[in-house]
Amino acid sequence: MKRFALAGNPNSGKTTLFNSLTGSTAHVGNWPGVTVEKKDGVYKKLNEKVSIIDLPGIYSLSPYTSEEVVARNYIIDENPDCVINIVDATNLERNLYLTTQLLEINVPMVVALNMIDVLNKEGTTIDIKALEDELGVPVVAVSALRDDNLDELMVKAYEASQTPREGKTIIKNKEILHLIGDITRAFKGSKVNNPLFHAIKLIENDELEVRNHENLVDMVTEFKKTFHDEIFGDDFEAIIADARYQYITEHFHSVKKVSKEKEEEAQNVKNNRSDKIDKVLTHKVFGLLLFAVILFTIFHLTFSENLLFLGGLFKNITPSFAGTPWEGLVWSEKGINSPGVLLFNAFDMTFGWIKDDVVAGWMSGAPAWLSSFVCEGALAGLFAILGFLPQILVLFLFFAIMEDTGYMARVAFIFDRMFRNFGLSGRAFIPMIMGFGCSVPAMVNTRTLADDRERTATIRVIPFFSCGAKLPILVAIAGGIAEAFGFRSVDLITYSMYVIGIITAIICVLLMRHTSQKGGTAPFIMELPEYRLPQFRSLMVLLWDKAKHFIKKAFTVILASTIVIWFLTNFGWNWRMVEEMDQSILASIGQLIRPLFTPLGFGSQLTTIGWVFAVAAITGLIAKENVIATFITLGAIAVAYLNKDPSFVEALEADADGIEASVAMIQATGITWQGCISFIAFNMLTIPCFAACATAKAELPKGQFKWTILFWVVASYIGCAIIYAILNLFPSNIGGAAYKPGQLAWAIPVSVAIVVVAVLTPFAIKWYNAIRAKLSKKGQ
Amino acid sequence: MLKRLDEFKIGETGLIKKVEGEGRLRRRLLDMGVTPNATIYLRKKAPFGDPLEITIRGYELTLRKTEAQLIVLEVEDEAK
Repeated sequence: MKRFALAGNPNSGKTTLFNSLTGSTAHVGNWPGVTVEKKDGVYKKLNEKVSIIDLPGIYSLSPYTSEEVVARNYIIDENPDCVINIVDATNLERNLYLTTQLLEINVPMVVALNMIDVLNKEGTTIDIKALEDELGVPVVAVSALRDDNLDELMVKAYEASQTPREGKTIIKNKEILHLIGDITRAFKGSKVNNPLFHAIKLIENDELEVRNHENLVDMVTEFKKTFHDEIFGDDFEAIIADARYQYITEHFHSVKKVSKEKEEEAQNVKNNRSDKIDKVLTHKVFGLLLFAVILFTIFHLTFSENLLFLGGLFKNITPSFAGTPWEGLVWSEKGINSPGVLLFNAFDMTFGWIKDDVVAGWMSGAPAWLSSFVCEGALAGLFAILGFLPQILVLFLFFAIMEDTGYMARVAFIFDRMFRNFGLSGRAFIPMIMGFGCSVPAMVNTRTLADDRERTATIRVIPFFSCGAKLPILVAIAGGIAEAFGFRSVDLITYSMYVIGIITAIICVLLMRHTSQKGGTAPFIMELPEYRLPQFRSLMVLLWDKAKHFIKKAFTVILASTIVIWFLTNFGWNWRMVEEMDQSILASIGQLIRPLFTPLGFGSQLTTIGWVFAVAAITGLIAKENVIATFITLGAIAVAYLNKDPSFVEALEADADGIEASVAMIQATGITWQGCISFIAFNMLTIPCFAACATAKAELPKGQFKWTILFWVVASYIGCAIIYAILNLFPSNIGGAAYKPGQLAWAIPVSVAIVVVAVLTPFAIKWYNAIRAKLSKKGQ
Repeated sequence: MLKRLDEFKIGETGLIKKVEGEGRLRRRLLDMGVTPNATIYLRKKAPFGDPLEITIRGYELTLRKTEAQLIVLEVEDEAK
């Protein structure tokens, strides 16, 4: 099958063109080794099927971001049969800059002139024939949005792909051409593909070329000594960039037929419109306020169980659908559900029905271990993860709209100054905010960051922005603290947990940017695209892609991991299924690692069943809602320990938000309120759920994943030890629970020691680096 | 009058004379069309005074003051 690659500037309509050409056949995959998404699909309307490859949007073929390297390597090394260069007609100058570079590669090429309809409306026409003659490759005017002329484009591309094309350059300076010729011949001699392209890049001092062709660098340097340009001296980078732009301005102004008045008028209208929008959106006060409102609305529509705060109205009204399944779906005591929660409930109910009624029915005759394996092991874990799909998609939809309209770029513009203090660019703000919803889409979003180190640091702190699934832990344990210790404001605990997460994120970013992920802030040079309306089709294709990706992951990595945890919770060391969870392998692991948590306040200082906290934290690795689910499952153990009436167990299971279960756990284990808060913090800061880990692995640069896991473990451990140590300065008996100083006496010095180490580590690293640098200088 | 872009006031226009800096940063500026003889119009500044938004070659580009400082321009007459 022939392969046609789509190349063009970001925002030139490339994705729209790709979607129009391939319809639903698009397939999303990852490039080997590089973490940039590659998409391919099939175009079927020609005599033979053609594979279309969507390359990342790029401004040039120089290796500035990982995306540009991907696009460049694909075109040079993978030898596509044709390159379709999509050019935004409303911004001909900058778009053709890439075209002049693509022309230098030995590959058949067609130019798709997009958005010409917009230009025509503004009173400008483009002489396609003249453009074609000038470039020497076919040019087709298309509208990717309205599917205009796409078939003609593909026919031309197919024709072009039949004959090989020799690369040619637009550089006219005789002396430089002479040098290009010499190097091209040298490349040809050593059988390098695309000699012309490599030769020009080498003259431009391109990083990759200089590294790959050291033998030729001397030749270029020799020549450069003899060359002198009046304006630029021997600055070849600027000479060639300037030559390209000069060529474009000289030749393509004649191609454009402009009625000068109309063009100016159109430009003014455009400027006025975007100025008006900008005046509000990037205003000193309103801009920031409006962003807060937009963000709040997005989260409200995705996660709220009290839509538009109408809950109060329903206090004394029983809706007519009370008692039917509709009740749980759209309405709860708190109020009306937001679309996100509604979808979540719909999924949850469907899955519950499949699991408890359909599959459990099939399993009625099966042995206990099998039905437990299918229902509790495989399905429960799988459904728990899939249940999040709707909310993730809703969140993604909102953020995609913000991206499509051009608002996201303005957000980065507004917040860049603030974020620079932390060593990040304004762009990093968006994934962090998304983290409050779900880490998975947030981590994917970090692709827009140009610098690998900045990206690594951002991905690592995303889980600290407490996600939707961590909220149940907060609600249940904060509620438990309130009840067991007589602490009144539950909200205060909840909010301070969010604040702790944010503070930890800031500290960790600062530390990383000064140590392991060191580097100056990456330059912030970004196009601010024109405001436009989002396109329904693009949004739907995007959501479908995300959904496919997520489902694939749920059925592979996540399914396997849930099965492992199921096995550990249900089997003992004798490889037999256990009656109670406390005899399981997991419980014994919990017992074993429990002393480790002593400095954090939920280890050895607790009663004999104190291992439940360790176990709950481990089950939280699958999905954070498992933490409270584990509390509820293990409720029976706590009830037995407290010598309470066994009927109390049922009450625990009926209490869905887990507050009663955590009260029972608190009383049975004798944990202090400080320990409880440290436990919440631990779950928030430690290794995130499997879904997030799998995403992190895919998105992080190669080799960084294992360090990231270690980072999460260390950060949560040290962070919680600090929190616990600080909280212990306050009395333990706020309410009725007895204060047992003896048990804590030895935990505090340990915590203090850890705090001291934590504070000193960054300095130690700095000193170490400084000393090493000094030594290596001496050695020279 | 020669002036660096970070010293520009909102609404000022200038012709690029020189692009300083080195490595990837400079490469990026050149690739985005910030080359000598191009015209830059300073549209606005972000709420915290930085980064800047400029119009160049018919589109909007944002860059920080640290990057803008590398660009030397000949200020155009305001009367024009």
